[in-house]
Parts: sequence; structure tokens; C-alpha cells
Amino acid sequence: MIPLLLILIPLAGAALAAVWPSERGRPWLLPAVGAVHCALCLWLLVNPPVVAPNAWWGFDPIARAVLPVVSLLFLACAAYAVSYLRVRTERRNRVFVASLLALLGLLSAGHQARHLGLLWITTEAVTLAAVPLLHFNGTSRAYEATWKYLLVGGTGIALSLLGSFCLGYASLHGGGTGDLTFTALMAQGAGLSRPWVLIAWVLLLAGYGTKMGLAPMHTWKPDAYGEAPGIVGALLAGGVTTVAFTAVLRVRAVVDAAGAGAVTGRTLVAIGLFSMLVAALFLLGTRDFKRMLAYSSVEHMGILVIGAALGRLGVWAALFHVWGNSLAKGALFLSAGNIRRAAGGRTVDDVSGMSAITPQSAAIFVTGMFAVTALPPFAPFFSELRVVRVALGSGHAPAAGMFLACLLFAFFGLTRVVFAIVDGRPKPAARGGDKRLRESAGVVIPPLLLLGLALWLGLATPEVLRDSWTAAVDQLFPTP
Amino acid sequence: MTNAINLLVGLAMGLNLIALGSGRLPAIIRAMAVQGVVLGLMPPLMETHFDWMVTLVAVVTVAVKGFVIPGLLQRALRAANIEREVEPSIGFVPSLLLGAGGTIAAMALARVLPLLPEHAGSLLVPGSLASVLTGFVLLIGRSKAISQVCGYLILENGIYLFGLLLIRATPLLVEAGILLDLTVGVFVIGIIVDRIQRAFDSLDTRKLTVLRE
Repeated sequence: MIPLLLILIPLAGAALAAVWPSERGRPWLLPAVGAVHCALCLWLLVNPPVVAPNAWWGFDPIARAVLPVVSLLFLACAAYAVSYLRVRTERRNRVFVASLLALLGLLSAGHQARHLGLLWITTEAVTLAAVPLLHFNGTSRAYEATWKYLLVGGTGIALSLLGSFCLGYASLHGGGTGDLTFTALMAQGAGLSRPWVLIAWVLLLAGYGTKMGLAPMHTWKPDAYGEAPGIVGALLAGGVTTVAFTAVLRVRAVVDAAGAGAVTGRTLVAIGLFSMLVAALFLLGTRDFKRMLAYSSVEHMGILVIGAALGRLGVWAALFHVWGNSLAKGALFLSAGNIRRAAGGRTVDDVSGMSAITPQSAAIFVTGMFAVTALPPFAPFFSELRVVRVALGSGHAPAAGMFLACLLFAFFGLTRVVFAIVDGRPKPAARGGDKRLRESAGVVIPPLLLLGLALWLGLATPEVLRDSWTAAVDQLFPTP
Repeated sequence: MTNAINLLVGLAMGLNLIALGSGRLPAIIRAMAVQGVVLGLMPPLMETHFDWMVTLVAVVTVAVKGFVIPGLLQRALRAANIEREVEPSIGFVPSLLLGAGGTIAAMALARVLPLLPEHAGSLLVPGSLASVLTGFVLLIGRSKAISQVCGYLILENGIYLFGLLLIRATPLLVEAGILLDLTVGVFVIGIIVDRIQRAFDSLDTRKLTVLRE
């Protein structure tokens, strides 16, 4: 019952937000629903429920390993949103608040979907729920970004539907009864028709890879992250992408069970390294600090799929990295939002000296940048170290070398932009004098907490999280 | 039974080529609408006995794909008062050649793939792949937002054709969910098209070039 509440409470909150009369009171629904959701999620993390193997929904080990971090991230973004929407009173927030809550409910549904068809339906619904969030600013640039997001994301999601059908047909052709839960598909294993499984893998990887933002299907990402408010960027980079990642993990377990493990491993390493390379090259060139965050997200998606390619230990490291990346990215996006509002610009040409205008946000931004570039003792350092160690241990030395080189270039690219906007003399265009845009506790504490969590996760990873990741790996790689 | 279905799939493939070759937006919308109706007729034909859920899905499909969505696009066309010419970035002859070549390739590919005995001799797989390809050509090769939406819908039609292979196996709940998602998706696209029209005073996506590296 509680797993279902994770979906229903946010959706009910979205309905309530849609009819809530007061513009000032409505944003408070976000932290209220977020706190309930987070409490339920953490309770389920500690007390995992038993999921029937043929259930269509359920808080299974994979959901348990990832959904709590999405919930934590949402809570931080929700707390931030109250202060943020108070600054942005010129935009009506009815659709924005309702869409945010719907997004949380659909993300919970997507993580808990154990059925191929349901997984697709929820992922598509997540894509659609994010659309009104992207054009909240209402500028023509925001509409341009939304159009690209819809077209690229819609095509990707269409490909994953075709892939889902192909996987379903593989099951039928192999004598299946039409039970499309992942458990049933994995149990069918080698009985699945191989040509159809391979086609399904290509289409599903392309489709869900688009949603994750893997290169070369990442083109929507810089535009969307650059034009959307910071909260939306944080939720897309740390929440929506994780649904697509768990979708890839679930599908991959089926394809592996069908005996095509060598193919999946190779394709994942290739697409992961390509994403990291593309991201590193663009990071060296970009001048816009919000687009920079998008390329950093592409890079981290690459790290995730490389981890996923490397067997049990690699998937464990990837799940660890999901947590570190979501928390650190959340801190970065939220502090970048503060800087962007106070600076009134977005590129290194228009913005500098922000450490004088928004000292706290600038400090969080710099520390967050070190966290995502894997400086110890933040969590991403330990997860990336594990990925490298597994890669070296399993004979992927060239891949590990390229991985490290891309990390280094990404580090150069990120530091170049970050210090250019933080250091130096403030530009006259910066709106530091505007009282409304001054840093308040409401917009500083949430990113600080996220950063603190990323640090804590690196220093002392709680045993319950390690257990949850191990359980998820056990579900993905069942021992016969 | 298979003959009737194959006839309809053939019709849908012909409509793909019409959509690729036509130079005016209303013609593309009409081709897409007729294709939607053709697709909607298929599920009841595949069933040997009357099933009210299948009939319901068919009616909804015909209504949404054949009338509601094309109607919305026509209205957007009138409201935006845009020129009816398509302005292709991939010319009509190359588009048609791509479409025809793609159809042949789809036939060849479908021959290699293993099919269940009851689907042997069916054109559903090649028809589906050819429509997906047509959708891609329209998405990439046309610059007006409305023709890109048409391309996207033809791509979805192709996927729908493939889904018919699974109609007996997958629960209708899933089919209904998919249909619902697509409908909502198109409404959202419609709203964004409207906003783009207001923000840019045009529906030419070549003007959407502010955001780039």
C-alpha cells in the first residue's frame, strides 16, 4: 500500500495545486508533499516490502536503490521553490507547481514499474509533465528549448515504444504467454527470439538513452537546462535521467538473460565513452555556465552506463554514482540559479566577480563543482574510483584510460567557466543591489544540504544504502 | 483476413509516399488523417469474433488519429495564417526516393526476421518500418513545425502498426495507456506550437536557432 502512496500522494497534491486559489500559498504544497514522500521513501528504504514476483508495480530492490535519492532531491528543490517563486511573482505558478508535483508522482511510478508497457507509459508521462516546467520563464528562447526537447525527446520515446514492442514480440515468438513483466521476461531467458531481442536492445537503448541524454542523442539537454529554472534543471539531471537509467538497467537484465550479454556490455561501454568524450569537448568550449551543467550531466550519464557495462561490481558503483551525482548536481543547479538571477547574464562574457555579489551561492557553486569533478572526499570520487578499479580489473584498461582522460578534460572545462564567473570584478550589469534577488536562507540552505549529503555519503556511506545497492545488483544479475 | 489487412497496410504505405511527395501542408495533414483511419480499421478486422474493448480502441483510434488531431492541426494552420508551402530542406524527389528505397529495404529486412506462423505473409512489419522511416524523413527534411508534427505522427502510426502484432498478447489497459499518452503528447505539442507562433511570429523552425554552441 505504501509504495502506491508514493505515486498517489504527489498526484493528489498536483490536483490540489491545480485548484488551489492563492498564488502565495500554493508553493507551500511542494515542501509539504515532498516531506511526506521523502519520509515514506526513507521508511521503505529501511523496511523494504516484499514484492510479488509477477507484480506490475512495486518498491522492488531497484526502486529502493534509486528512488530515495530522487525524493531527497525533490524535497530540497521544493524547499528552494518556495523562496524562488516568491521572487518570481510576475509568473503565475499554478501550472508550474502542479506539474512539479505530477512529475514527482510519475517519477515514483517510473521507478516502481516492473512491466515493460507500464515503464514506457510512465516515462512518456514524465517527459510530458516536464514540458510546462521548461518554458516557465516564458521567453522565446525557453519556447525554442521546449520545442527541441519535445521533438528530440518525443522521437526518443517513440523509439523506445517500438523497442518495447520488439521485446514483446521476442517473448511471443519464443513461446511466451504475453506476460511482459521484467521478471517473466528474464525467466524466459534464452527462449526469447534472438534477432528480435537484439533489435529491441538497439531501439530501447536509443530511446531511453535519449531520455538520459547520452551522446549523440543529448542535443536537447544544453538548451533545456540552459533555459529552464534551476529547480527544473536539478530535477531533470538528478531525477528524470535516473528513471531512464533504471529503465536501461532493467531492459539490459532481460537482454543479458537472453544470452546477449557480450553485445550489451560492448554497446554500453562504447556509448558511455562517446558521451564522455563529447561532453568533455563541449565543456572545453562552452561559455554559458548553465549549459556547462548540461554537458557535465551528459558526462555523468556516460559514467553511469560505463559502470552498468561492467557486470555486478560495475552496476553497484553506478548505483552509488547515481546518488552522488544527483545530490551534487542538485546543489550545483540550485546555486547556479541564484548566481544567474543576481548576475542578469549567463555567459563568461557577461558575468564575473560573483563571489562579491552572491558570496554564499558562489562558494556552494565552487564546492559543488569540485564535488562533481570527483574531488575526494565527496561521493562521486569514490563511485568513479570504483568504476575505474572494476574496469582495470576486468581487462578494460584502454576504456579506463580514456575514461580518466575525459574526466581530466571535463575538469579543465568546468574550472575554466566556474572561476571566470566567480572571480574578478563584478560587471555593472549585475543586479546585486536589487533587494529581491539578494541571497536568502531559503535559496542557500537547500543546495548546502544537498552538498552536505554528498559529502556525508562519501565519508561514511550508510550500511542500509550499501545493502540496497547489493540487493538491486542481485535482482539484475540473478544467480541461477 | 490477412489479405484485407495487407490491403490496408499497403494503402498506409502508399499514403506515406503521398505525404513525402506533397508540397502543401493541408495535403500532408490529409494523408496523415486518412492513414489514421486506415489504421483504426485494422484491429476489428484482425479479431475473429466481436470484442467490445477492441471495437472501442478502434473507434477511439479513428476518432483521434483521423479527426481530432488533423482537425487541431488544420485549425492551427488557419489561426497562424501561415503559408501553405512546405519548404523542404530535403527535396521532394530525394524524399520520395528515400521513402521508396526505405520501403524496399523494410520488405527485405522483414523477410530476414523470424515471424510467428500466424503472421507469416503479413505486411505489418515492413509497413511499420517504412512508416517509421517516412516519419523520420519528414521530421528531418521539413522545416515547418506543423509538417514536423505530421512526421512525428506518421512515425507513431508506424509503431502502432507494429503494436498490432501484439494485440492479442498485451492487455488492453496497456494499449489504452499508450493511446492516452500519445493524445496528451499531441495536445502538448499543439500548445507549444501555438506559443512558438506567438513568440516568434512564425512556425518556421529554421528561425529557432538562438540556442547553439
